[in-house]
Amino acid sequence: MGDREDRRRAGGARWRWRDVARDVVAWLVGLIWIVPFLGILMSALRPQEELLDGWWSLHPLTLSFRNFAAAWNHPSVPLSSGIRNSLTVAIPATVLPVLLGAMAGYGLLRSRSRARSPLFVVVVFLLAVPQQMVAIPLFKLLVQLHLINSFAGLVAVHTAWGLPWIVMFLHNYFATLPAELEEAAQLDGASRMTIFWRLVLPLALPGLAAAAALQFTWVWNDFFFALITIYDPSELLATQRIPLMRGQYLVDWGVLSAASVLVMAVPVLVYTLLQRNYVRGMVGWTLR
Amino acid sequence: MIAVGIVWPAVQTIGLAFVDAHGRFVGLQNFVSVLQNPETVDLGRFPFHSPPWGSLLHNAVWIVLHLPLSVILGLLLAVLLQRAHGAAFLKGVVFLGMVIPMIVGGVLVRFLFDEHAGVVNGVLRAVGLAAWARTWTDYPQTALFALILGSVWLWTGFAMLLYSAGLTAIPRDYYEAAAVDGASPWQQFLHVTVPGLRPMTTVIVAMTVLWELKLFDLVYTATLGGPGGSTLVLALQMYFYGFRALDPNRAAAVATLLSLLTLAVGVGFVRSSREGA
Repeated sequence: MGDREDRRRAGGARWRWRDVARDVVAWLVGLIWIVPFLGILMSALRPQEELLDGWWSLHPLTLSFRNFAAAWNHPSVPLSSGIRNSLTVAIPATVLPVLLGAMAGYGLLRSRSRARSPLFVVVVFLLAVPQQMVAIPLFKLLVQLHLINSFAGLVAVHTAWGLPWIVMFLHNYFATLPAELEEAAQLDGASRMTIFWRLVLPLALPGLAAAAALQFTWVWNDFFFALITIYDPSELLATQRIPLMRGQYLVDWGVLSAASVLVMAVPVLVYTLLQRNYVRGMVGWTLR
Repeated sequence: MIAVGIVWPAVQTIGLAFVDAHGRFVGLQNFVSVLQNPETVDLGRFPFHSPPWGSLLHNAVWIVLHLPLSVILGLLLAVLLQRAHGAAFLKGVVFLGMVIPMIVGGVLVRFLFDEHAGVVNGVLRAVGLAAWARTWTDYPQTALFALILGSVWLWTGFAMLLYSAGLTAIPRDYYEAAAVDGASPWQQFLHVTVPGLRPMTTVIVAMTVLWELKLFDLVYTATLGGPGGSTLVLALQMYFYGFRALDPNRAAAVATLLSLLTLAVGVGFVRSSREGA
């Protein structure tokens, strides 16, 4: 018995101690990320007077949705219409490039072209180019086309900007699907279009979801393109309204926090719902 | 569409950078004027006086501090969270910084360093450094560093996620073989983990440097380049020249300069991934 005890002390107990230490360190480090997010949530839920000594002092603790209501119905930049506008842009600016990208990616794959390597180079370069590089000519072009203050113009810009990596990502995804099914369908006399819509797209659903999740988040989070295309106060997107809610001298942290929570809730929701696809997309496109 | 939306405007921007307001060709004059402006590079103040040091140097300082910090923190978290309890939740929270709009990221950074509402100053007071407790983003001496620390906080999730994926790709046998050879955990980390993660490191470094060069939203909401230009960065400078001062030619010169830097990173990345493949 003593023998076994010794062995456990030497091996098992030491290992368990190490595991506990690792967990403690992991959670302590994790607190650095948990606390600020908790802070913004607390500020959003509490009145301004309670935040003056820091949101972590808990007496008195009054929780309410007043700040959310104030941000939603803000007198100069109501977040309600900001969120509506952002959805009006983000939904078509996701559906359009994902559909076009799927068709282009599939076409490239089946034409057996040697486009893969040049496509990768193009995507990396487009990833590298800052938005500021196209800003002035793009602005002038949109003025000429009467697409300033137009959601359609912004959707077109996002579609052009998102398309290259979506094509590459979906091209690579289609390449992993088994070719036998398509060949069988072809023998049965199905047309190219039928095969694509009825067979390839349903099979590629996880890939499409990954591309859509990333593109939607990217468009929703975008600020710069919105800043240079949308000027009409009633048309401002959600991200454009956040900086305008900051007072000149005194920051109303309650309202600003509530607005921030609302605006970030949308991509966070997309991320939580499609977490596995999202991560796969993130890792996928950086690794080809 | 890509040609009309990206390639052609980019070419036009290069064109704009070489002409004056009347469309006359002026060679490199716009670039010289931008680079000699203390808003871009202020060698009179760098490095012995407090910022502003100029947008180009701010971006450079950003890279020098943010790159090692976020890469090392990301690696540390990935290793630490490989088997810890609640790792999925912690990873999710750390990664939130990558999911939220950077406009909100700027609000969060401003909030963290606020004199009264900010938790950083709360901690400083609690550990007896009350003299340091103030709104960091309001003073030129600290604003740049507050933003850099905040951006590390926001970006670490990216490095962590990719390193976590990279860790699962390293075969367990390598560790077992190393353990049989008597390698300590630290030696295993140095000789198995680090080389195994090299391809990931290339991706992470390239993406991180690109992000540091292209910073815009974060600075826009946190400080708008202030106070007194002490947090101005190239992308924001371009916006001010082009859309506030309505000087498209100098704005184009700044944009071209910025693109040269980012494209250099892009070329380096394509080269190294070719070698790896």
